[in-house]
Amino acid sequence: MTQLALIIDLNVCVGCSACVTSCKEWNTSGPAGFMSDDNPYQKDPTGTFFNRVQTYEVGEYPKTETVHFPKSCLHCEEPPCVPVCPTGASYKRENDGIVLVDYDKCIGCKYCSWACPYGAREIDEHQKVMKKCTLCVDRIYDETLPEAERKPACVLACPTNARLFGDVHDPDSSVSQTIREEGGYPLMPEWGTKPSNHYLPRRKNKITIHEDELVRVDNPLNKEQKQHHEPVNAPTLDDNSFI
Amino acid sequence: MHPAFSVIFLTTLIGAAQGLFLALFSTQLYSELNILPDVTESNFYGLGAVISLLLLIGGLIASFFHLGHPERAWRAAAMWRTSWLSREAIALPTMMAAVFAYGVIHLGGFDSVAFTNGVNINLSTSLFVGIFGVVATFALFICTAMIYACIKFLQEWSSPLTVINYILFGMASGFTLATVLSSYFGLVDHTVFLGNWAIILTIAVLLTRSASLYRNSRIKFKSTVESAIGIRHNTIRQVSQGAMGGSFNTREYFHGKTASFLKSIKYIFMVLVFPIPLILLFSAIDSADTGVLAAAFIIQYVGLLAERWFFFAQANHPQNIYYQTV
Repeated sequence: MTQLALIIDLNVCVGCSACVTSCKEWNTSGPAGFMSDDNPYQKDPTGTFFNRVQTYEVGEYPKTETVHFPKSCLHCEEPPCVPVCPTGASYKRENDGIVLVDYDKCIGCKYCSWACPYGAREIDEHQKVMKKCTLCVDRIYDETLPEAERKPACVLACPTNARLFGDVHDPDSSVSQTIREEGGYPLMPEWGTKPSNHYLPRRKNKITIHEDELVRVDNPLNKEQKQHHEPVNAPTLDDNSFI
Repeated sequence: MHPAFSVIFLTTLIGAAQGLFLALFSTQLYSELNILPDVTESNFYGLGAVISLLLLIGGLIASFFHLGHPERAWRAAAMWRTSWLSREAIALPTMMAAVFAYGVIHLGGFDSVAFTNGVNINLSTSLFVGIFGVVATFALFICTAMIYACIKFLQEWSSPLTVINYILFGMASGFTLATVLSSYFGLVDHTVFLGNWAIILTIAVLLTRSASLYRNSRIKFKSTVESAIGIRHNTIRQVSQGAMGGSFNTREYFHGKTASFLKSIKYIFMVLVFPIPLILLFSAIDSADTGVLAAAFIIQYVGLLAERWFFFAQANHPQNIYYQTV
């Protein structure tokens, strides 16, 4: 079984919102019709988006870290929004796991959005149907596009490669390896929704060096004579090594 | 959550209609089992069924205002295997059909004896139609309440108390309305019977609603900003939510009122739904004073509107964690 998903690397996201604008651009010009945009250049601009970049400040000044956090539909493996839909307009595709809304069947009751803990669904105020990220389903299978471009618009737009796209059920896919090796995690695991999209955490940018590592005989800094240490009488780590 | 008036009117109107129908059925059952005297006014059941049906239709019309595409509402019956909303969309017309049939039998004089023990008990056809209606009524109660109770991360709603409260609020309101009707027809014994049940049901729902208010005041939310963005730190502050002029997420899930406003609505409904109707019922059921009983129903109904507003406003959706600041 295939489960397509996005991996979002919070370590490299710079919060430029290129994914937001490219998403809106692609999806508002697609076959499903426009995405509402009211007062785009005036006071109180509002509209329908599949993807938003939020910003959080972690910690207290001066020990703070700014985290840019793109949020879109997580294409859950147990999507709580799908079974509650009274018309069957919300569904999860068997073949690739994408959660979609059939805009022709949606009655606009908003119940699916109540049943999504992530706030990933937004009603279109003009078309009166529920909208959400489609993983650019009208793009990723389009064989008229070069193969490298058969990816969601947000992934192609990201300048720092913070967004990866692939099959998270295939253990050998690059996204699965990335989740395993770089500690990819789901959002709000407490509700058992099993989100397919994963986030990669901030990674450490400092290393710990102990005193005895600095005085080791084979310390390259010593060999390059950039650092000089008096010979130590006490046994060093090298004395205990086997080779 | 942002309370939608369409849903507030839907749930309160059909609740009263369901309670009224149950009251009519109980009266007829007790009469035919000779526990209560026979209803001498032939239009009591018929007019009651008409009022119940009108309330159901009113609720149905209100519900259409909640939909973006009401012309596609017929599709809502499709997913009854998984969706409580879909089940409600089936149970509501089913109950309307049952109440319609019940009313037609009584108003048209089509009733006949369906079962008799040959001595003193004669059960009529309409009573058996009524049994079907009772089943549909309880199915509708459960469907309506489960729409809210089944969303496990709306922790204020996700409790059996939600279902119990919906059933008892509807029955209390409907039995009070039935008391008005029976006093209008001058049925003294039946007014006492229905009025006593209205009092019992109102006290019962006072207990269960108080229990749910107590539960909700002590609720511990499972989702935090830490679990929402997956970063472990005690101090996380949102700087931007990705929209400057608000979005569906800010309009649908925040009631936008102050905590003191919320609290005052709670006190208003606690007064209007429970003590005032109880006092009016106590004072008027023996004299069968239609005016006082009607006041009891109307005051309780207004209180129920406030109660339902509070029910929605009090629910904290976990998505709100993502929308704390512009």
